[in-house]
This record gives sequence, C-alpha cells and structure tokens, in this order.
Amino acid sequence: MSGGHASSLAPGQRHNGDADPRRRFVGARVTRLEDPPLVRGQGTYVGNLGFPNQLHMRVVRSPVAHGVLRSIDTSAAREHPGCRGVWTGQDVADIPPITFRPTSVQGLEPYRQYILARDRVRYIGEPVAVVFAADPYVAEDIADLVTMDIEALPVLLSADAPPGEFAPGHSTEAGVLRKQFGDVDAAFREAHEVVEVDVRVGRHSGVPMEPRGALARHDHSRDVIELYGAGKRPHAHRDAVAALLGRSPVGMHFYEGHIGGGFGVRGEIYPEDVLVCLAALRLGRPVKWIEDRRENLLACNHSREQHHVVRAALDRDARILAIDAKLWHDQGAYIRTHGARVPDMAMGTLIGGYHVPAYRAVGHIRLTNKTPAATYRSPGRFESTYACERLMDAVAERFGLSPIEVRRRNLIRRDQYPYPRPMEILDHPVELDSGDFPRLLDRTLEHLRWDDLQAEIARRRDAGECVGVGMGFFMEKSGLGPVDGAKVNVDTRGKVQVVTGSSSIGQGVETVMAQICADALGVDYADVKVIHGRTDMIDYGIGAHASRATVMTGGATRMAALNVRRKALEFAAAHMIEAPIEVLDIVDGKVVRTDRPGEPGIPLGRVAAALAPSPEVVAFGIPGLTAEGWFETAGLTHPYGIHTAVVKVDPDTGGVTVERFHVAYDIGCAINPMLVEGQIVGGVAQGLGGALLEEFVYDERGEPLSVTFADYLMPTAREMPPVEVLLTEDAPSPNNALGMKGAGEAGITGVGAAIAAAIDDAIGKPGAIRELPVTPQRLRAILAGRPAGA
Amino acid sequence: MTPRIDITLNVNGSDHDIRVEPRRTLADALRQDCGLTGTNVGCEHGVCGACTVLLDGEPVRSCLMFAVQAQGRRLRTVEGLANAEGLHPLQQAFTDHHALQCGYCTPGFLMLAAGTLERHPDIDDESLREVLSSNLCRCTGYQNILRAVRAVRDSRRLAREDAR
Amino acid sequence: MKPAPFQWHPASSLDEAVALLARYAPEDGRVIAGGQSLVPSMALRVALPAHLIDINGIASLARLEVEAGRLSIGACVRHAAFEHPVEPGVLGRLLATVAANIAHAPIRTRGTFCGSLANADPASEWCLVAATLGATLVAVSARGTREVAAADWFHGIMTTALAEDELLAEARLPLLATDARAGFHEFSRRAGDYALAMSLCTFRVVEGRMREARVGVGGVEPQPRRIPEAERLLEGERPEPETFARAARAAADAVDPLEDIRTRAAYRRDLVAASVRRSLQAACDDTH
Repeated sequence: MSGGHASSLAPGQRHNGDADPRRRFVGARVTRLEDPPLVRGQGTYVGNLGFPNQLHMRVVRSPVAHGVLRSIDTSAAREHPGCRGVWTGQDVADIPPITFRPTSVQGLEPYRQYILARDRVRYIGEPVAVVFAADPYVAEDIADLVTMDIEALPVLLSADAPPGEFAPGHSTEAGVLRKQFGDVDAAFREAHEVVEVDVRVGRHSGVPMEPRGALARHDHSRDVIELYGAGKRPHAHRDAVAALLGRSPVGMHFYEGHIGGGFGVRGEIYPEDVLVCLAALRLGRPVKWIEDRRENLLACNHSREQHHVVRAALDRDARILAIDAKLWHDQGAYIRTHGARVPDMAMGTLIGGYHVPAYRAVGHIRLTNKTPAATYRSPGRFESTYACERLMDAVAERFGLSPIEVRRRNLIRRDQYPYPRPMEILDHPVELDSGDFPRLLDRTLEHLRWDDLQAEIARRRDAGECVGVGMGFFMEKSGLGPVDGAKVNVDTRGKVQVVTGSSSIGQGVETVMAQICADALGVDYADVKVIHGRTDMIDYGIGAHASRATVMTGGATRMAALNVRRKALEFAAAHMIEAPIEVLDIVDGKVVRTDRPGEPGIPLGRVAAALAPSPEVVAFGIPGLTAEGWFETAGLTHPYGIHTAVVKVDPDTGGVTVERFHVAYDIGCAINPMLVEGQIVGGVAQGLGGALLEEFVYDERGEPLSVTFADYLMPTAREMPPVEVLLTEDAPSPNNALGMKGAGEAGITGVGAAIAAAIDDAIGKPGAIRELPVTPQRLRAILAGRPAGA
Repeated sequence: MTPRIDITLNVNGSDHDIRVEPRRTLADALRQDCGLTGTNVGCEHGVCGACTVLLDGEPVRSCLMFAVQAQGRRLRTVEGLANAEGLHPLQQAFTDHHALQCGYCTPGFLMLAAGTLERHPDIDDESLREVLSSNLCRCTGYQNILRAVRAVRDSRRLAREDAR
Repeated sequence: MKPAPFQWHPASSLDEAVALLARYAPEDGRVIAGGQSLVPSMALRVALPAHLIDINGIASLARLEVEAGRLSIGACVRHAAFEHPVEPGVLGRLLATVAANIAHAPIRTRGTFCGSLANADPASEWCLVAATLGATLVAVSARGTREVAAADWFHGIMTTALAEDELLAEARLPLLATDARAGFHEFSRRAGDYALAMSLCTFRVVEGRMREARVGVGGVEPQPRRIPEAERLLEGERPEPETFARAARAAADAVDPLEDIRTRAAYRRDLVAASVRRSLQAACDDTH
C-alpha cells in the first residue's frame, strides 16, 4: 500500500482497532431501502409535486439549426387569455451565460449558452422564448403562437469539417487539448511496426426514463428560492444558479426527491433550470417545467460523438512503444457545464490498462449546429476504450497473434502498481492505484470456459452460422475526490440518520450508505435513514457522478459513523455503565459489555436521550448522539474489467443478435454485490444501445430526426442477451479503508469495443467495424462491399 | 380551450368525479385530476410504457387514451396493487430481485406484469420476454425484471398445484 | 406533447357516427377508434383535428365473423383479437402470426384492424395482409355504402380511397383454401418496431407444383402491393429454396423503395430479398 490514507478532520482515538468493528452488512446482498415507496407508486419525482397557484412554463425552441435571430413576435401569444407571461432573450438580458466547472482549459468562455438565445440560434431546439400559463396544455397552445424571423446561416454538422464561425472573432474550434509523456516521435522512428485505426463513435446519450423537470418557488417567509427536481450535484449547482441570479447561496435551496435516472445528463444546469428559478422570483408564483420527450431528445445533453485516429508504435514482439492519438470531439452548439471534460477524459484514459512508455494525444473540441453535448455514463471512456481496443485488435491482426495474446503482452503487471502516468486527467495527476489485469483475464477465460466457447463457435461456423466473439478491456476511473463529508445522528428511538451531500439517481446510494454506516456503528442497516440531495441539511456535498458516491460519500459516512460510535461508547463508559471503554461494544443497536455476554445492553436511543443538552453533557462535549465525518482520498481509484460478447450476424439483413455478454470486473470491495451487478447489467444494456441501436441522426439542414422513441431506439427486453457478471475483489484500492472502487460505469465502458470485435470475428473481416452504432444498414453495406451509408 | 366535460373515472374500485377537457389524456387525468401520481409519464407517445394501466383488466398505455374515453371502464393503477395485508407479490418480487433502480418505469412494468399474469398465468418464458419488451427500462437491463415476474408466476403455479 | 384542443363526439350507432362525420369532417373532424397512431400524432401536434368522432361505443362495429367464405372485421375489432386464430383455417393461423408482429401487447389491446387500413402507414402489417389477400373495404357515409377493393384502396403514403366523410366500417378478407400455405416475415430494428421491409406469401402446392402464388411486399414502397414479377417465377414451379431465392431477387429488383437519410434504397432491396425468401420458406413449411 502506498500513498493512500483515510483521515478524519476531527481525529480522535478509535476503539476496537482501526478497522470497522465487524462486517455484517458490507458485502451483503441486502434488498434496497429505496424500494418500498417506488413499488407502491409513491415516488416524489418532480412531475408529481406541485404548489398552489403554480404556473407552468413552456419553452419555445428554435426551428432553425443556425441563423441570425432577427425578431420574435409574441403578440399573438400575449393576447391568449391564458397567457401569464412571455419572455424572450431581451427579458433576461441581465442573466449571464451558464458557467462551466472550474478547469485549466483556457478560452472556452465565449462558447457558453445564454438561457434564452440572443442574436443567433445555433441548434434546433435551442430555447428562444418561454411562456407561462396555469395549465401545461394551455402553455403549449400559447407557445405555438410565438413566431420568429430567423435568417439562416450555413449549417456545420461535422467536427471533422473545416471549422466555421461561431461568432465574430470566434472559430467553431473552441480549443485544442494536448497530453503527452515520453518521446513519442522517437518511438515511432524506432518502431518495428506502426498500426493505425480510424474509428468513430456516434451521437447518443443517457436518455433517462424520466424527462427533466424543475419546480421553483420563492418562499417569502425565508426569502429562499427553492428548486425541486435537482440531482447529481445539488450543492455546486445551487451555488452556480444563485450566482447567475445574483443571489447569495443561502437564499437558495435545491431539493432532489426521486430522480428517474441520471446517467450524466440529468441534474446538470440547463437553461430551463435557471429560467424556472428566475420566473418564480419575478412572477411571484411557483413555476413548474416538465420536459416532454421530444424536448428531451432535442435539448437534454447529447454525448459520445467523436472521431479518433490512433497509431501505435510496436516492437518486434508486438509490445507497445508509443501511442499517438488525434481526436475530434463534436461538442454540439455550446460548451455546457462540463467544459472540456469529456474529450479530456477520453484522452486521459485512452491507453487503458496497458503499459505505454510514450503517449501523445491531441483533441479538437469542435462546435457544430447540433444539440450541445456533455457527459453520459462513462464519459470519454466508452469512446476511448473503443478506439484503443480497435487498435489492439488491429495490432493482433498485423502480428498474426490472438487478440488475447496481444493484451497479455501489454497489460500492466500487478507488480507495476501503483502505476503513475506523467499526465493529468481533469487537472488531477494520474496514478493507477491497484490492479491485476492478467489475473482478471485468466479468471475471465476460465469463467467463460474459453476453449469450449471457441469449439462451439467453430462448430456453428462449420454449420454455416455467422457467429463470433470479441472482447473489450477497460480501465475505469472512479472515486473522484478529494474530500467529502457526512453527518450521522441517532435519535432517542435509536433510529439513525445519515445526512450526505450525495445524490440518488436510482443507483442505490441510500442502501449502500446505510450498509456502511450500519457496520461502522453497530446497528441494523434497515434502521438507517439516508438523506441526500438537500442543500438545506448539509453545507457541502459532491453529489453523484463519476462513480464517486460509494467511494467518497461512503468514506465520509463511515468516518461519521465511527465518530458517533466512539462518542456513544465514551459517554456510556463515563456516565451510564460502570465499565472501562475497552470492554464496550455496540451490537444490534445496543451498547453491550463484551466481558459479560448475557447482560442486556443499553439501546442507543437511551444513550441519545442521555446526551440531550444538560450541564453534565455540555461538560462532556457536544450534545446529541451526533457527529460529522470527513473523508479525504489520496487519489482516484481505478477499477478495471473485461467485456466479452458473443454475437450472431444475419448476413442477409445486417442484423446483429447479441447472444451472450460477460462482464468481469474488479471492484476492490463490493458493498452490495447485488446492486453492483444491477449497475453492471444496466450499463451493458445502455452500452448495447450505443453500439447497435441508438443514434441521434440529423439531416443536411441540421434537422434532428431522432426526436421520438420510435426513432431513438433503446434496447428492450428482447434485444438484451443474458448478462453474466464475474465480480472480483483482487485489487482493493489503497486509497480508502474498505478498498472500494466505483461501480456505476463498469457495465458500459467496454461494450462498444467488445461488440465491434465480436462482429469482426463473426463476419471474418478484422477491422471491418470502424463506426458505432453498427446499424444493420451499415453492416449490410460492409458485407455487400458497398460504401457506408448506401 | 374547449368546454370541459364532467366524467367519472373508476380507479382501483373508487369513483373519481372530475371535470376535464376532451384532450386530457387518461394519464394526465389520473395524475392531475385523480391525484394518483404513481402512474408515470415517460414519452407521451405510446412507446415507453411507463404509463401502463389496466383497463378492464387489460394493459393499455394511458397516454394514448383520452380520459373521456375511460368512463364506465374499470381502471387499475399501481396504487391499487398493495392491500392492507401488504405488498402485492409482484411488488415484493421486484424488491427481492432488485428489479428496479430509479423506479420510474416500475409502475408501468408492474401493471403490465400484473395484467399479463392474471390473463395468462402459465405464460412461458419466451412469451413473457415478448410481453415485457413492450415497456422500456433504462436502468436495469431487464434481467431482474424478467426474474421477478417469472418468480411470481412460478410461485403462483406452485400454490395452485398445492391447492389441488 | 399535449394534444391541441378538440371537441369530442361519442357516437353510439353507425348512423350517428356518419351523421357526425358528415357534419364535422369539413371542419377538421376525424374518426377515432383505437387511436394508437392518431393520439401520438396529436401529442406531437402533427395531427390537429378540431373534432373527434369516437366510434368505440358502437357495439355493431365490434363484429368479427366468418360468413360466405370471408372474414368480416368490424371497425372496432382490436389487433389483440387476432392473437389467437379467429377461424380454424389457414387464414386464422396467418393472422395470428402477423398480429404478433404488430407493435406491443398494450398497443394491440387498443389498436384496430380497420384503423390500420384507414391510416395506411406503408409499414402496416394489416395493410400488407389486405393488399396481398385482396380484401374488400366497406366505406360508409351519410351518402351511402360502397365497397372498395384493396387494389384500389391505397393511394400512397397514409392516403386511401376513403373520402373525408366516410368511415371504414368493415374489412372483409377472403378465407384461404384449406390446402393453402402462408408465410410472413418482417425485419425491424427492435421488437415491435415498424418494419423496414416485410413480405407475405401464399400458395397452394398441387402435385408438387406451386399454384395461385401471391407475393406481397410492405414497408418498402409508399403502399403495400403484390409483386407479379416474383409470383410469375413461382407459378408451376416446385417449392424449393433456389426458386424462392430467384423470386426474392425478382421482387427486390421490381420494387421502387422509399429512401431517406436513415434507410437507403439499396438496403431496402436487400431486405426485400431476405423477407420474400423467408416468407416463401415459411409458407413452404406451413404444412399444418
């Protein structure tokens, strides 16, 4: 172990050793605490909430992909008897454009989006005006009455095309990112072989089942603007929206409720979120906005569209000497809240779990007249893993080696960890914390019964079937730090409350935090209630994104629970039980004497009651059975995995059936394997969508064609293969006490790579798949020798 | 706006007297006028199935019907599944098999499954997959939803056999 | 995605429905039966009817009967009615096969056979059935009743012979011969999606040779139709894979596929070849 430490900002002596007292719930497949209201239909999704006298907002969106906004005619809308207000860009001219997260990347500011378009529109779906009415049906009627005069400008739809003009003085190339270490040019000069691939990932996105929504009201009694329907990063976004509105953060609170799926896109700051807050403030009535599905597919963040040209320099044994990557990132019309994070992560993770002595990546961030793009589950890594693994497959083909052998020769060995890479991802230094990829490969092959699988495929091919197997190896990143905190308190009935600054987007954060807290404190996980997504209950929070909640908030929850535990034992020893603290323990929610097993213990509720404020208690310390805990991580954690797909191709139609999907994943420590597997299988489904089905298609005028669920095709139960999960804990992270690594993105990262390889194998054409999604038409064109798209 | 019409919707055995425009979808009427927000709305064009309810025992998309068309019919929604004794077996199975994550599609899947198992108690696995492909879920990858519904089918089958 | 306002006119008899239609059709009035295509169009505000004449309450339109060698399907008969054979012969079995390919179960609960024909989506399975088997469509208006042959029914994408004041009250399908064989195949991206191409074939085998062959193709051109170039290659031939492949190729050559940015003509031809070949093979194997 090196480099890692867990610390408490309120340090004190711990009892029963540094480790958790016991592991009863951590590692157990317990059912979720989240489920009872959800299966009963008692969810608090924002669409289910409302306040008296509320107004509904409807957004009028640009019907033109690029143009000068000459004028907007709102007169007919204003004359509608149900109209309670119409705003255009002029009405919100005092609101600055939406900010992005702090970054060292320079020059992105001119590309931010205003909450309503000003002089130009840059994508179909861009908010141009909003109308307000008491009924959402009427609001839509009124919105239809707003007309606009737009002078069309040339439409730019490709990140590869020569850049155009974003605005006078600003090119559509918003920036060029560079990462490099080692002597790349020398490696290519000395290479035995150079292998290059040119591969693309299509535009698709998270598309949660719940469209976005926001409900804002101004609570005049406290002068607080409340926003319901927040998610992902409530605290950071509360601060950012407050700043846009010129308010103090204490004059604003975000409330999360239930969220119908996050996947990176939900819970970001969009124009609509700012508009409802502003409207609540200015109109003096609660304002609700619920996105419809067409809007969701038009205006919620897109993702993934990226073109990669990647070269490898190799020695005579197919060992990598250097990798040189160029990529073109289609950012869509504006830079949104993530700034340059997606291409940054793609470039930072492209070399995966391989030992690469020299590396260079250049990433062009290009704006186009399409919906703005940002993060979607495994942002940058789905794309870069696909590019890297296409390259490794091409290396195997060039050297006449099996894809597995090429990986074996290049994977980082266990003894090389911690494995630093002299570059940064998201302004953080890169050090792969722990891993044993070769071992995971061995376990994967064993679990798959690799030889039997190969024999079966050979037999079926002989019978005329077009079947194949492919793999995608990936190195994830998770547990983005550096610090998170939590508060734990026990009430007088012994119920435990954990207040976190995390976010619940369906991933099971309440259950996982309860499990961690339960073991650290010595209670039943079902007695632990976890609060998240409430900026009024905790001052700081990191939300839920980048597979960080379990590692960071889990670490903080554990520290807080251990602090409560210590407080309970110290107080009990001093004031409630005549016994030295060393013989005390907390078991099943009771303080017990370990030296007298038969004695009934003191319930924690009684300890909490005894800790009510009194002179005696104040003399002891802070009243209440409550404590904070803070966790600081030494660095990112890096889980890793191998995806294996078995596919069957119908050569006549180009249709692909995924028959089997296998995920091997080393998570370090699984708090709840059932939930981890759930995350993985769900991620696989999304990955298969992006690999085979999902694509935002545009016509030559920039008109989006995938604006209904009949056109944007997500997998159904019928398209899903059986997914097998091999979860291992061979390489716990040294960066936290439980060895945890993240789980949220493991299911999706390698899917594109594995599917592409499997289809190559099935059709017997190595390197044939260069573009995702592999639609039947594209595959049929490959098989028929026609150009793509024909 | 068009004149609103007085109608009565019978939902989960209770009558709801409401006044709606003809254009009001059944989904919106259930949610906004009857206060039954358990039925979620995911696409409003009949593809995702989040709004699935039972109409005289048969699963339908409540976004593709107008509320005025549901008069005189018996509607069932997710709020009617549990009773005083506890959760419906499907609700329990969804929990036990981790068949939900964000929960947004869950009411629709529960009603689809409930209606299907009532009408086809012996439905085979492949047909069940076919039926459950009617609705979209973005979190689970469906595997655990299929498991949960199969588990209820199987336990009911056993119960029936025991009763014989 | 909330529908625009309309007035709702529930009809309790066919006479009342056509009277309402006569009155409101000139004012953007339309008939609603299952509504499974109409309501999504209204949600997207692509369809903006000012009046909806609701025929769901007309009991006589739920009629589904075999009489005089044909199957009569009333305007309110749902897709789901066909999931189990509606008659014991070849037609009933074929319709059950086709029905399973129509959207998803909850849509089939509401959507109607006649509604599909009136909507005339190029990718409608029932339209292909009607065109291939030679359905007769019964159009009723306040002016009277007329019968339209399927060959005269389709006038292009979502366009039919139905006049604005007419209601498609019934569709009639001829029963298939007891020794007929029928096969259906469609290709779609996902379960329940609209077909990118589909084919329905029927023939009889008399002394080892195919007779009365029909080859229909849907989802490819603006409207479904029979492909005589393919049928000719089957007539009198043995039902063998090579023959099926030849006929399939002829069908692929004969069609003039719709083309858009997502689905190119060349690809649709490939799918026609695959669908026709597979539906012919399915018919060949349809030996009860």
